[in-house]
Amino acid sequence: MANNADKDTILCRCEDITREMILECIAEGYQTIDEIKRVTRAGMGPCQGRTCRLLIAQELSRAYHVPMEEVLMSTFRPPTKPLTMGALADAWLSEYDGDAAISGRAIDGKEGGNGE
Amino acid sequence: MIRDVEVLVIGGGPAGLCAAQAAAGAGAHVLILERDDVPGGQLVKQTHKFFGSERQYAGDRGIFIGQMLVEEMTNHPNVEIMTDTTVLGIYEDGVVTALKDEQHLKFRPKKIIVATGAAEKFLTFPNNDLPGIYGAGAVQTLMNVGGVKPADKVIMVGAGNIGLIVSYQMLQAGVDVVCVVEAAPNIGGFLVHASKLRRAGVPICTGWTVKEAYGDGKLEGVVLCRLDEKWQPIEGTEIKVACDTLCLAVGLTPLAELCWQAGCHMEFIRELSGHVPVTDENLMTSVEGIYAAGDVSGIEEASSAMVEGRLAGYAVAVSLGYDVERAQKEVEAARAELVELRSGPMGGKIRAGLAKVAEKRGGASC
Ligand SMILES: Cc1cc2nc3c(=O)[nH]c(=O)nc-3n(C[C@H](O)[C@H](O)[C@H](O)COP(=O)(O)OP(=O)(O)OC[C@H]3O[C@@H](n4cnc5c(N)ncnc54)[C@H](O)[C@@H]3O)c2cc1C
Repeated sequence: MANNADKDTILCRCEDITREMILECIAEGYQTIDEIKRVTRAGMGPCQGRTCRLLIAQELSRAYHVPMEEVLMSTFRPPTKPLTMGALADAWLSEYDGDAAISGRAIDGKEGGNGE
Repeated sequence: MIRDVEVLVIGGGPAGLCAAQAAAGAGAHVLILERDDVPGGQLVKQTHKFFGSERQYAGDRGIFIGQMLVEEMTNHPNVEIMTDTTVLGIYEDGVVTALKDEQHLKFRPKKIIVATGAAEKFLTFPNNDLPGIYGAGAVQTLMNVGGVKPADKVIMVGAGNIGLIVSYQMLQAGVDVVCVVEAAPNIGGFLVHASKLRRAGVPICTGWTVKEAYGDGKLEGVVLCRLDEKWQPIEGTEIKVACDTLCLAVGLTPLAELCWQAGCHMEFIRELSGHVPVTDENLMTSVEGIYAAGDVSGIEEASSAMVEGRLAGYAVAVSLGYDVERAQKEVEAARAELVELRSGPMGGKIRAGLAKVAEKRGGASC
């Protein structure tokens, strides 16, 4: 694929991360999408990396001369799209006895914890 | 509260609907979760006549194929469809979470069929974040689902079938299609679709690409340039073309995030357009009980997505002990149908990709 990106070209649209910022990370020695994600937030916005993940992988592939097949992907975790704390709280309240939840009895983990 | 489900189908496109049709037809109980407000997947916006063989309803318009499947599944006593429901996660203990109307829901399925389709690829060039730059899918949705004229003057990037079809549909909607730009030396899509555009006077510029976009606050035009045989821009060939919309149809990639989450063995397979779950001959992933069908396991077509859905649906029915003898025959029939669908010269890429998948499966036997 032809690549006409310059340094100001946005790779991660959700978090406004430019190609230059990604290349700086690579110059500093970061080698994986996850590392770059942690220092720049690329891939942590509303689309959860759906667009930029492969673009960053291409930059890594080019910089480290490894084929795309071997570029390590980031870790995928739920949720696939952002949700409100309210939705989680509602689910939790309806699942556990409301009073107990509010008074904090269920908070110390004995019954709670569904992974989120 | 966690709801127990026998067969959970994620995604209500052609693959998901046909998976449900098969599994429910054999006697299983199926729940389809679809993030959109209507089921049908890509078919919802395909107003053109489909290619493919008659068994997969070729010659019909995509939207009618979708409506027919949706109607059948809506009326099926063993099938429930929940729309506006996005699956958020598949957890280690097999629990699936979803969001519907701001409500967080949990399911515990016996079997999962992932049929989430694909996501659009994007191009990198300066100012690619200007308003007015769209993926072809968004433009097609605005036009064919929303009834909104998406642009006045558009340049299309990509001369594969999607780029060609969406360009033609924009002409039909009264949009001025300036040209179709294609980086490759050849038109990737079918000649019938390319010819329609050429007859209408739309140039298809092969060996060209977008160098950059420009505009003050919104897209006002793009700079195009020629590419050499190594796909490098040729200095001095730049031309400025005014437009209010740039439409990118540069390919799809499998939307396999849920398979990643579930811990399925994934591989990057170029011919299948991205990372795909490695599946067996029943389309089961490396995680017991999780299957993948349709574009999520490799970008192909609605015709093969439907047959893959059917294969996975019947395979699930067999594993649950429903109508085993007939379901097993259907599994084998679907396999044979896929071989036939992929036998032509157009199927070469898919065959190469699937051969790689089979190799990876062998390599990682555990
Ligand atoms: C312009 C265009 C023209 C085409 N023309 C043809 C043609 O002529 N002939 C042909 O055979 N094919 C054609 N195709 C290809 C065909 O549309 C696709 O291959 C087919 O739709 C793939 O089916 P699918 O079920 O795998 O995925 P999709 O149709 O993409 O369906 C996936 C569904 O899953 C849902 N989903 C995704 N993630 C989640 C989630 N987390 N939770 C809940 N739901 C989710 C999506 O909303 C979607 O409804 C065309 C495609 C395009 C774009």
